[in-house]
Amino acid sequence: MDLMDLNEWAFIGVFLVIAALLPIVPIAMGRLLGPRKPNPVKTDTYECGIETVGDTWIQFKIQYYIFALVFLAFDVEAVFLFPWAVAYGGLGFFAFVEILIFLALLSLALIYVWRKGALKWT
Amino acid sequence: MENLAQLVPLVIIAPLIGMLINLFLGKYLGERGVGMVAIGAALIAFVVAVLLLVQQTATGYAPVVVEIPFFSRWIDVPAAALYIGWQFRVDTLSVTMMLVVAGVGSLIHFYATGYMHGDSMYPRFFVYLNMFLVFMMLLVTGNNFLVLFIGWEGVGFCSYILISFWWDRAQKDKQFGTVGWKNSLAGRKAFIVNRVGDFGLLIALFLTFWTFGTLDFYKPGEVPIQSVHEQTRVIEVVRTDETAPAPASPALDEPHPAAMGVFNQAEQMMAEGATVSFGSITMPIQTVLTLIALFMLLGVTGKSAQIPLFVWLPDAMAGPTPVSALIHAATMVTAGVYLIVRSQVFYHYAPFASGVVTLVGAVTALVGGFIALGQWDIKKVLAYSTVSQLGFMVAAAGIGAYTAAMFHLAAHALFKALLFLGSGVVIHAVEHGYHHVQHLKEGEHHAEHGGDAPEDEEEPFDPQDMRNMGGLKASMRRTYWFYLIGALALAGIFPLAGFWSKDEILAEGLMRGFVEGDLVGYIAFGLLFISALLTAFYMGRQVILVFHGQPRTEAARYAGERAYGMRVMVNVLAVLAVGTVVFGFINVASGFWVVDRIIRPHVFADWLQHTVVYAHPANALMGVAILAVAGAVIMILAARSIYLHRPVVEGDKDPLQVNPQTEGLFALANARMFWDEIYDKYIVVPFTRAGHWLADRLDSAFLHDFVHDVLLVKTFNGVARLLGRPVDLGIIDGAVNGLGRLAQAIAGPLGRLQTGYVRVYALSVFIGALLVIVLLLLPLLQVMGGN
Amino acid sequence: MIQMPTLESLNFGVAFPALSLVIGAVLLLVVDVFLPERRKGLVPWLALLGVLVSLAVSMINYNEVGEAFSGMFIADPFTSLVNIIVLISAALSILLAMDYLRRTEMEHRSDYYLLLLFTTSGMLFMGAANDLIVVFVALELLSIPLYVLSGFRRPNLKSEEAALKYFLLGAFASGFLVFGIAMIYGATGTTNLPGVWAGTAAIVESASPSLYLLLLGVGLIVVSLGFKVAAVPFHMWTPDVYEGAPTPVTAFMSVGTKAGSFAALLRILVVGLPTLILTGATSAAWANTLAILAALTMILGNFVALRQMNIKRMLAYSSIAHAGYILMAVAAAGDPAVGNQGVQAALIYLLTYAFTNLGAFAIVIALERNDGTGGQLDDFRGLASQRPVLALLMTFFMLSLTGIPLTAGFIGKWYVFLSAINAGLVLLAVIGAVTSVVAAFYYIRIIVRMYLQEGDANIGTSRLSYTLGAAILVAGLGTLIFGVLPFLVADLTQGVQIVRTIAQIAGGG
Repeated sequence: MDLMDLNEWAFIGVFLVIAALLPIVPIAMGRLLGPRKPNPVKTDTYECGIETVGDTWIQFKIQYYIFALVFLAFDVEAVFLFPWAVAYGGLGFFAFVEILIFLALLSLALIYVWRKGALKWT
Repeated sequence: MENLAQLVPLVIIAPLIGMLINLFLGKYLGERGVGMVAIGAALIAFVVAVLLLVQQTATGYAPVVVEIPFFSRWIDVPAAALYIGWQFRVDTLSVTMMLVVAGVGSLIHFYATGYMHGDSMYPRFFVYLNMFLVFMMLLVTGNNFLVLFIGWEGVGFCSYILISFWWDRAQKDKQFGTVGWKNSLAGRKAFIVNRVGDFGLLIALFLTFWTFGTLDFYKPGEVPIQSVHEQTRVIEVVRTDETAPAPASPALDEPHPAAMGVFNQAEQMMAEGATVSFGSITMPIQTVLTLIALFMLLGVTGKSAQIPLFVWLPDAMAGPTPVSALIHAATMVTAGVYLIVRSQVFYHYAPFASGVVTLVGAVTALVGGFIALGQWDIKKVLAYSTVSQLGFMVAAAGIGAYTAAMFHLAAHALFKALLFLGSGVVIHAVEHGYHHVQHLKEGEHHAEHGGDAPEDEEEPFDPQDMRNMGGLKASMRRTYWFYLIGALALAGIFPLAGFWSKDEILAEGLMRGFVEGDLVGYIAFGLLFISALLTAFYMGRQVILVFHGQPRTEAARYAGERAYGMRVMVNVLAVLAVGTVVFGFINVASGFWVVDRIIRPHVFADWLQHTVVYAHPANALMGVAILAVAGAVIMILAARSIYLHRPVVEGDKDPLQVNPQTEGLFALANARMFWDEIYDKYIVVPFTRAGHWLADRLDSAFLHDFVHDVLLVKTFNGVARLLGRPVDLGIIDGAVNGLGRLAQAIAGPLGRLQTGYVRVYALSVFIGALLVIVLLLLPLLQVMGGN
Repeated sequence: MIQMPTLESLNFGVAFPALSLVIGAVLLLVVDVFLPERRKGLVPWLALLGVLVSLAVSMINYNEVGEAFSGMFIADPFTSLVNIIVLISAALSILLAMDYLRRTEMEHRSDYYLLLLFTTSGMLFMGAANDLIVVFVALELLSIPLYVLSGFRRPNLKSEEAALKYFLLGAFASGFLVFGIAMIYGATGTTNLPGVWAGTAAIVESASPSLYLLLLGVGLIVVSLGFKVAAVPFHMWTPDVYEGAPTPVTAFMSVGTKAGSFAALLRILVVGLPTLILTGATSAAWANTLAILAALTMILGNFVALRQMNIKRMLAYSSIAHAGYILMAVAAAGDPAVGNQGVQAALIYLLTYAFTNLGAFAIVIALERNDGTGGQLDDFRGLASQRPVLALLMTFFMLSLTGIPLTAGFIGKWYVFLSAINAGLVLLAVIGAVTSVVAAFYYIRIIVRMYLQEGDANIGTSRLSYTLGAAILVAGLGTLIFGVLPFLVADLTQGVQIVRTIAQIAGGG
């Protein structure tokens, strides 16, 4: 059967299935095929090779969240910018202005954050 | 007189109330109060049963179906054409069973007040005992298979909890010392083995419903078809065409076929040679009946401890002795026999299945009898004897001797209860003797060592081991005589109850072979006759080992029947002994020497015949009777010669054990023919292994470790961390508690809705959303419906 | 190939009031962070200026009709009137807040006004939305700053609790909206309201199964917006949030949010789905549902308000009840014959309610002590002898809320009942009338306390601040003028003609 015969939405379904399989399959294979001889060292939490200290349920510094939020905003910006850049050739002047407004808003937000002192790690 | 039958719900309600009283108030009533409540409940049931007997006799044995208001339309599903009412059936068969259950039951309640004296769980025991009566009465009084099945399951459950009643007692074993929770294991075994049988019964019920569209035995006012005819007393295998239609004869293709009960429908369908379709499979009605009968047999083998499912019954002796007597000898285990007799129409038209039933019963009788030969435990002997006697009953039902089966059932209930209760008295006495001895010893000990507690753990003493007994006749005279009566009855000695009932079965078997030329009849006769001989032998052995000779232990020397509570126990034995002596005469075979001139013959058969249309009175075969009694006497004498002077040799060996000619046989019997080992090896162990494999690999390794721990828990933890506490408290909690709060929220007045909990608010939004959507879609549905 | 809009199709000018406000808010955001602490007092005035400019433009361009952003945004008298209601509320709210923040020592936290501007612009977009996506974005723009504002009195626990509750439930409701939009998109293949209109007409005519989808979508949207306007049974958050939030925010929420949300509801239902008339029915399928919600809302709101002893909670329930009256008008608009009359009635009610309610809240703020207490009904005892003017105005507002003639409230109720009766919702109108009588009890209870009961009305401030006085004055004037000159509102709403029936389309071309 030709793949193109599929309903156009079927690709989304295929994508979802693959997206689900990608993490599940390697983990499952490791679980099913690999021998398991746990010892305390092995079962310890892996944190980039550093020995873990204490519980994970600790209070994080509030600044961490602000940083995370700011990061998130610019992360989303990247998500918008990338397709915009890819399709730029076909979009024309309008899209250019639009993205400028978008960037301007974000810059204002950055300024606001900066002035509010949220970027200072104290 | 007709109205008397309306009392029948009392046989269930009385024990139910007794049970509830003891359940909730047992703590406060004290032993006497609890005992009186429980006994009262059982006695009311018995009185009602007697009244029903009177009613049946006075009204010409017409079966009555009694409905109780609320439950008469108990299950009512028009869509599935499923109508099952909770109706009571009063007919000669059910009244017989009620009498047995309530009669023996009441006596055993009396006995138990003595036996359980001082037990910390005294009230609970009587709660269970009454509960058992409730379910057993359900089983025998129901007018349809479903009620019967409920009772069937209920008594199974009661059996389970009563076997493991002393679940917290570690069992001491001579060989292994303390061997763990043997009682609860025994209960579990009984329950699981019975599940296998129940599965068969359930399939039989499905088939029945599928075929007949109802589960009722007979509809109210309906009379068994054959009984409206001139009865022929010879079993007729093929019914002739002249069978008239039933009184209310509906066409078979009517959509609501439940105008007739299953048995009359079966009769009619057989007469018409109807076929039944299950989906694409169509088969003649006879084949269907055979299938039903065979599946039902599986249920019978479970409940009535027949091969291959009998293994649970000997273990069930771990329960208190009254339980062994009531449930595992007199009543519950006979439910299977009752089921066959109740379904006689099916078996009548399924000769193949009947043949199988006969062989199963006869082989069980032989195996049980054989194993009983090699047991040391006084109750185990009786347990295997029960297996064997149940085999007699089942075999009798198989060859169509329903009267004989029921007769033996009732007689056996009496004398086996007598034996079990007697053994209970013996065990009690020996135990008391043992404690007495211990006490004496301790006293000496103290005198010698000045207060040092005796730390030396000696060999655990087993008060049920017959090797520890001997010579009890001297100290327990009354018990001895009653026990002897029971034993002789079991052995089939004239004129005790066991003689009449067992003899009738043997004669029927032979007649079956002789008159009808049926090979099964000969086989059954042969096997059962040998079993009867074995019975006489092992009972002789038991009585001699327990009561005769010299006491073999100190405990046996100090055993006595005068301890507190024993008086009532022995009195119960007396009642049962009287019953055992006289009961047999209610069904004297016609043509029996002089006796049938003195006493009206086959009263019981006539009585039963009004319900069990294929039952028939037996003709005596004097030759068989003489042969059987003579054989029994010889076997008893043989046992006497073997055991009287040398009861136990080499410390703990049976004389047969040291004789090279019988050594192998005894070992086989002693090891219970390796049934349990075979089960363990080929069923339990593979099954456990499969279970372990599934648990380790599939559940633990994959589902739990991987799916749960890795996929679910870690994901959840991640999300939870993201959402943090506020959301957790609000939404998730709200979603979980939502339904619970829903009722609360709706119940309260408007103001109380304003609880301040976000979850309630969210729920309100949710309900509102449902409301809005329903409101919007409602008119549309009406419009669509209108079109 | 992606079809990009041209700059011409954006037509910024039409969207000026909303656009100017949102741009102004963004700019003010930056200005605010660069202002030194002592100059922060400038921010509210700048915010007020922005609001007034926007208000002026809305008034000037009142009757202008046009589309912007490729048809996602529409300007017409309906939009203008909604703008006016919202902007007046915003302006009054700023005035209230200036006094309130000073007294509660939160003056330096000028981001209050920024948030207020953002939420106001969200409301303006709601009223101007011509596309379901815009409704959603506007709703979020409206909601999120309000969540923050509800919790503005931190670290006051009640305020924080209010914010959290409002946020959680609001997020819940937003989910419903998005789901509903998806359903409608699934049924009609568009989110554009005229497109939805056409799609609905086709679906109803062909009786296609998409009808179910459509109805489901409508239901979910009603739930979501019903939550925002505090209709029963989606009202539970209201008392808690109204009580916990800073009082100026409560005042604004009770009026502005309601106006914006009702505007969106009317847009979606009346512009997008008036043709959703099932076989055999005379009015749109959603009309009956809204009528039932309206009845529930009026009954519950008024009856529960009877039991409240806290003025803010009482006003919260009263606000729920008023939402019920407005819902009645919306339900009436479901009848094609009544259509525009129902819409007009709803807007009139909103307008009159805005003045009256803000006035009442202004007085509550005036009487509130600096620590936030003073909001119990008993605190009004003997007010008449100590502050006769305030007591008189409060009486006036209470009478208007009750719906006594010669007040604005009467005019609002009059139009609403009229449209309901015209639409055949007589039973609903009766329920409304009866519950109005019930409402009189708790409104008049305050009057009784002020005039007839002895007491030393514990009043926080010795003198009324100018801003608060101005706010009360404006509100009182509005209530009075619309009450005695009812033709004004009739003139204002005359141009509001947004319902398009099939007959009109067929007749028009």
